[in-house]
Amino acid sequence: MANDRPAFDPYALGEGAEDVRAGRLPRREFSVGLAASLLGAPVASALLAFAGVAAAQPQLSYKPTKRGGGGPLKMLFWQGPTLLNPHFAIGAKDQEGCCLFYEALARYDADGNLAPILAAAIPSRANGGIAADGRSVTWTLKKEVRWHDGRPFTADDVVFNYGYATDLQTAATTSADYDNIAGATRIDAHTVRFEFKKATPIWDRSANVALVPKHLFEAYVGGRSRDAPANLRPVGTGPYRFVDFKPGDLLRGEIHRDYHAANRPHFDSVEIKGGGDATSAARAVLQTGEYDFGWNLQVEDEVLTRLEASRKGRVVACPGGDVEMIQFNHSDPWNEVDGERSSPRSRHPILSEDAVREALTLLLDRKSIHAFVYGRAGVATPNFLNNPSRLNSPNIKDEFSVERANAVLDAAGWKHGADGVREKQGRRLKLLFQTSINSVRQKVQNIYKQSCAKAGIELELKAIAASVFFSSDVGNPDMYGRFLADLQMHAIAGRAPDPDVFMQWFVSWQAASKANKWQGVNRSRWKSDEYDRLYGASASELDATKRTALLIAMNDLLCREHAVIPVVYRPSIYGVGRQLVAPLSGWDNALSGIAEWYAEA
Amino acid sequence: MGHYLLRRLLIAIPSLLGISVVLFTVLALAPGDPFSEMALNPNIPPEVQAALRKHFGLDDPIWQRYFRWLVAMLHGDWGFSFISRVDVDTLIWQRVPVTLAVIGISQVLALLIALPVGIYSAARPYSWFDRIASTLALVGFSLPTFFTGLLLILLFSIKLDWLPFVYRGDLTATGWDWWVQQFKQSIMPITVLGLFQAAGWTRYVRSATLDVIRLDFVTTARSKGLRERAVILKHVVRNAMIPVVTLVALTMPQVFGGAVVTEQIFRVPGIGSLLIDAIQRNDTPVVMAATFVLACLVILFNLLADLLYGWLDPRISYR
Repeated sequence: MANDRPAFDPYALGEGAEDVRAGRLPRREFSVGLAASLLGAPVASALLAFAGVAAAQPQLSYKPTKRGGGGPLKMLFWQGPTLLNPHFAIGAKDQEGCCLFYEALARYDADGNLAPILAAAIPSRANGGIAADGRSVTWTLKKEVRWHDGRPFTADDVVFNYGYATDLQTAATTSADYDNIAGATRIDAHTVRFEFKKATPIWDRSANVALVPKHLFEAYVGGRSRDAPANLRPVGTGPYRFVDFKPGDLLRGEIHRDYHAANRPHFDSVEIKGGGDATSAARAVLQTGEYDFGWNLQVEDEVLTRLEASRKGRVVACPGGDVEMIQFNHSDPWNEVDGERSSPRSRHPILSEDAVREALTLLLDRKSIHAFVYGRAGVATPNFLNNPSRLNSPNIKDEFSVERANAVLDAAGWKHGADGVREKQGRRLKLLFQTSINSVRQKVQNIYKQSCAKAGIELELKAIAASVFFSSDVGNPDMYGRFLADLQMHAIAGRAPDPDVFMQWFVSWQAASKANKWQGVNRSRWKSDEYDRLYGASASELDATKRTALLIAMNDLLCREHAVIPVVYRPSIYGVGRQLVAPLSGWDNALSGIAEWYAEA
Repeated sequence: MGHYLLRRLLIAIPSLLGISVVLFTVLALAPGDPFSEMALNPNIPPEVQAALRKHFGLDDPIWQRYFRWLVAMLHGDWGFSFISRVDVDTLIWQRVPVTLAVIGISQVLALLIALPVGIYSAARPYSWFDRIASTLALVGFSLPTFFTGLLLILLFSIKLDWLPFVYRGDLTATGWDWWVQQFKQSIMPITVLGLFQAAGWTRYVRSATLDVIRLDFVTTARSKGLRERAVILKHVVRNAMIPVVTLVALTMPQVFGGAVVTEQIFRVPGIGSLLIDAIQRNDTPVVMAATFVLACLVILFNLLADLLYGWLDPRISYR
């Protein structure tokens, strides 16, 4: 089948999968054909799963046979939630706190697939939920769901949340989750339809936004949003009812006896204690067992392993979309063009040369960084797009070779100078490499500097306080959007399994510049017509399989052209007490599935 | 006296205004912004951040923001936290009881140790008791609280498993059990803070008492045949207390300000940890309110110290 097509025609793949689904082509034959043509067998089977061919889905095993009786669940967050309205959540810590009380239509499981919570079923082409023209999605809601105050949960609530979050005056941080939606309509009491602004494959972006009750918030839309009493006393549909909240310190909840799922929740009360530091949080869960769950344990893996030796708890790593990467500045940070440095119209005097970028990619020793710096918290990867695994490209190889880097630079005419640093046409191969202050990042900076020195590249290291580097205050020249350096390193969080937003980091119209107040997310100012074209195609491609192939092609283009150097992908790290059974996911809040948590006797 | 008090209070107004201008300007000029946490989340586009900055007036000129803050403060509105979207006074009041309990008790503990030990050492200088007390004070003063705190945690929580090292603001237990749990969780932070403070104060009380104990009126009191106890308590201590009162009075605002390091280590939800969180997240209204309250307290306790001098030493008059 696909053999007679060019290796990079993504459409060919999708058609193949369609054939399997329709029963025209045996599954094995499709895989073999694919593997022979361009992809490995794992990717081929992932493609099949994504195209709607049923894979054996492991059922979540929830053992308790009655509601409650699990005693207290004690969780330790070194950054405690500071507010409890999911539409105001500034960081993940706030969303986590909201998860105790509020629920979304669905949540993403560990594989990045949607699992229904307030929805009766996940919309699909097959059940008619997703319109064939890609212009709308229809959700059917679970019946018999009640808010904590006894009022029924209906389609009106879902419609209300859309209007509430998208009102600019409300200043909701969730507004972007709805930005491809043109309107929400109530079909009947338990059916709601979202109309999209244009046909889109990304119908699920708002699926895991936690929903607030209309009857308590409708008087507080827009400018009055901050006055709502329910901002501080949440009334949701979730497994736990609100008891007490002190921002940044303590959040407590008690069992919701009328919860809509049978035998759930297991615990009689929950609490989230905030504050302190990550290391002692890890200690309280893994070593002393004082707490059952430790959130986001950003602690050196070596320390975690040592604490785990007490066997009071274990570390769970959940792969998600977060990638740590070194960005090249493709524009010129040292000379003003059109009144700004790093103008997207300029080209970098050294890094615009392919050979230099290739050499710099060859000089990154990812395996050592994984083994000696990150451990379980960072898995070496040559790809920009890593997870869910169906999107992981098998075509890019991780290669660390000082010899090859030297050979590439020699061939490109970079000659060693008197001090060992290479030169070409009077330009020294010296680059400024910036990142935020963080002991792990400084270690990586130093490892990279040493291997670059072996190839005659001099790196000057710069570390900037995180609150300045990641600031949205564009007046500050050290801010990462301005990128007044040659290389910079930071992570980008891919929270949703669909990487659409993630891939926009390299489209040309997103280039950060003075004109857009440096708000464009393409901070490396890379420009590629081919990439723009692939992105455009992926944003409107309704066939999931073809879209997957397009996304993989985009990843391969980024890596082959050395637009960016991926370093590691970073799973979320949690500490889980010995008896706690908690289905965690790297694609959603850790507590999004808290109704399913239970303690083993 | 009333006239003096009024004049001091009137002088305090321009000082407070000056302090608020300096605080506000420094905070406004400091880099960073409250919404940087969103920057790395690709699901929150920069426009949302920009809208929030506008919503909270972060893009207005500094002087406008200052006058808006000042007018609100005069009306009793302490501001609105960017991060928690809660009124700042609510946030601060939540933290006051725990702060007063933990830090307050530790200061009382420090005084209970420093006064008797310091006075007894001064009464018998260079005795064995004095040498041991001085050495211990030096050691206690040199060990920072983050070190002693971790040491106690390692010993009592991890090795012996006697005490919890996470402080909880509201214990669920009731009655006698509540007191036991409260004692178990408070003892370590209170000890760490109290001993550290006591070490410094002991040295201070000792030297202040030594200065007085050599004076002629003490010899006179002794030669009148007064018992040693009466000499020390009535004649020496009262005169030696003037510098000590200054020191203690100026430390009192810190009780309100909390102890940042110790609160972080033991997760005590005091004002210190609120302040450090607010600083880290650039939550300007909270930082501003907390530091401003501290400034007010420093001025207030200064005044109190001045009034106490008059009681301790009637020769001091207020004009």
